[in-house]
Amino acid sequence: MTARHNSIVFWAGIAVFLVAVMAMTQLVRNEYPFFAGYVILQFIVLSVAWSILGGYAGYVNFGTNAFFGVGVYTAVALFKVSGAPLVVQIAAAAVVGMLLGLAVGLLTLRMRGIFFSIATIALAIIIETTVMNWRFVGGAAGIQLQRPPVTEPFDSYVKMLFFVQGVLVVIAVAIARYIQNSRIGRGLQALRDDELAAECTGVPTLKLKLVACMISGGLIAAGGAPAAMYLQYADPSSAFNLSYSVSVLAMALIGGTAHWIGPVLGAILLGTTQQLLAVTISSEVNVLVLGIMLVVFVVVAPKGIIGLLRPRYRLRAGGKA
Amino acid sequence: MALSLAIDGLHAGYGAVKALRGIAIGVESGETVALLGTNGNGKSTLMKCIMGLVRPDSGSITLTIDGAAHDLTRLTTEQIVDLGVALVPEGRRLFPKLTVKENLMLGAFRKTARGAIDRNLALAFETFPVLKEREHQLAGTMSGGQQQMLAIARALMSSPRLLLIDEPSVGLSPLLVSQTIAKIGELKARVGLTVLMAEQNFNQAIRIADRGYIIVHGEIAVAARSVDDLKANDIVKRLYLGGVA
Repeated sequence: MTARHNSIVFWAGIAVFLVAVMAMTQLVRNEYPFFAGYVILQFIVLSVAWSILGGYAGYVNFGTNAFFGVGVYTAVALFKVSGAPLVVQIAAAAVVGMLLGLAVGLLTLRMRGIFFSIATIALAIIIETTVMNWRFVGGAAGIQLQRPPVTEPFDSYVKMLFFVQGVLVVIAVAIARYIQNSRIGRGLQALRDDELAAECTGVPTLKLKLVACMISGGLIAAGGAPAAMYLQYADPSSAFNLSYSVSVLAMALIGGTAHWIGPVLGAILLGTTQQLLAVTISSEVNVLVLGIMLVVFVVVAPKGIIGLLRPRYRLRAGGKA
Repeated sequence: MALSLAIDGLHAGYGAVKALRGIAIGVESGETVALLGTNGNGKSTLMKCIMGLVRPDSGSITLTIDGAAHDLTRLTTEQIVDLGVALVPEGRRLFPKLTVKENLMLGAFRKTARGAIDRNLALAFETFPVLKEREHQLAGTMSGGQQQMLAIARALMSSPRLLLIDEPSVGLSPLLVSQTIAKIGELKARVGLTVLMAEQNFNQAIRIADRGYIIVHGEIAVAARSVDDLKANDIVKRLYLGGVA
């Protein structure tokens, strides 16, 4: 299959996806599928975004919740100040997320392996504490938000959010795919394999890591921004919940990180399972199932779902071959 | 194309450990210079300083190309690669989970190298036919000798004018060491490279070297003007040739 042919198939798939999402909002009356679907789409955005740094570059970011929370609170603050529309909230969250990614990258990307991961956890705690003490956005108690009227052609706000998150999925996947096939992706792959060797061949490693961290951070924040309107409420301990980091990491690893489709599959599988469990048993059991699935995958399919589907990636994706 | 490398008064180290203490060496256009010394004397640190991977504490590293002098201590590694310097790192440092071809393509990562990809690829495959046969194999699954060939070929992909080779003999059998050294000699003649090679295998290194330096505890102990000079040196006799000084 040629690259051109590949592109046509990809964009056709994207078009079908968007039409399907739109059609669903127009045809389905019951609101519940949108409540559940929104969360799954959100996790696709987050895990695809996470993989840009965590998968391609092999820098395991444990601070997904920091970027997510920053996205939520950027939206909250902006909404409170000016009642900015949803699109503006998301765009602003993406910009703030990118700036945060740049700052975090400059501070931590010289560290490798576990040290980088620990630094990103610390980051989340620092930001959460800061927001907790920020009275304007409600502090530790959180803040209630009144949704503005819904925009045409949607008949409910949740349906609109579902569609918006669908668009974010498209943006995240398109960016991840572009990076994967570009020189940036090859450079990231090289530095994941051997950072010193990458530098020797002239790969600007720090620059590429910063770019990856900014894009990843911006997308995670953008994916988090609509959550404020979705819940009509925001509080620091939910917005900065470590479970976002853990879930996203598990989804990416279960799906496989060598190809953008990996985190998509992982997020669909795990996200759907979590939603089903939340309805049938309880949302508490989610964490248990997440843990069990992660263990099973590490043992049975260490390169994730795509490792099972395409043997080539089994040899490639992170870890020692 | 005239090119020369001049290093003077170079001090470098890692925290409290001083690896280099006032190194002064020079490499002229078209020469093959051997940097000899046993483990832990600072050979690799010197190579890394030239590449900008380790920042020296003091001293100068000047690369002069056609009369234009470049202070390498102020440039990033990418910029140094762009100037036409390539390093074959110690222990090969391939990308083990990428294929042979992908490794080679990464050697041509810089914009300045992309124009000559086809020519350099042809040169690499011609010099090391085994790489052509194993084009789609993962680099990490090849033998040590093949990996060393790939490491050299990858460095060639950036069209270097000055090739730095750090310990090509490490981890190879005597026969492979001999072959590798011969290949370096062959390449040098063919492409018109200037070579600075760090090596502890004295007898192999002097097969292709025009002259050499001996580095001991971070200082240049011997600067020999020719291979014969080197062989006649007392320190060399004591360290490498088993003679009694």
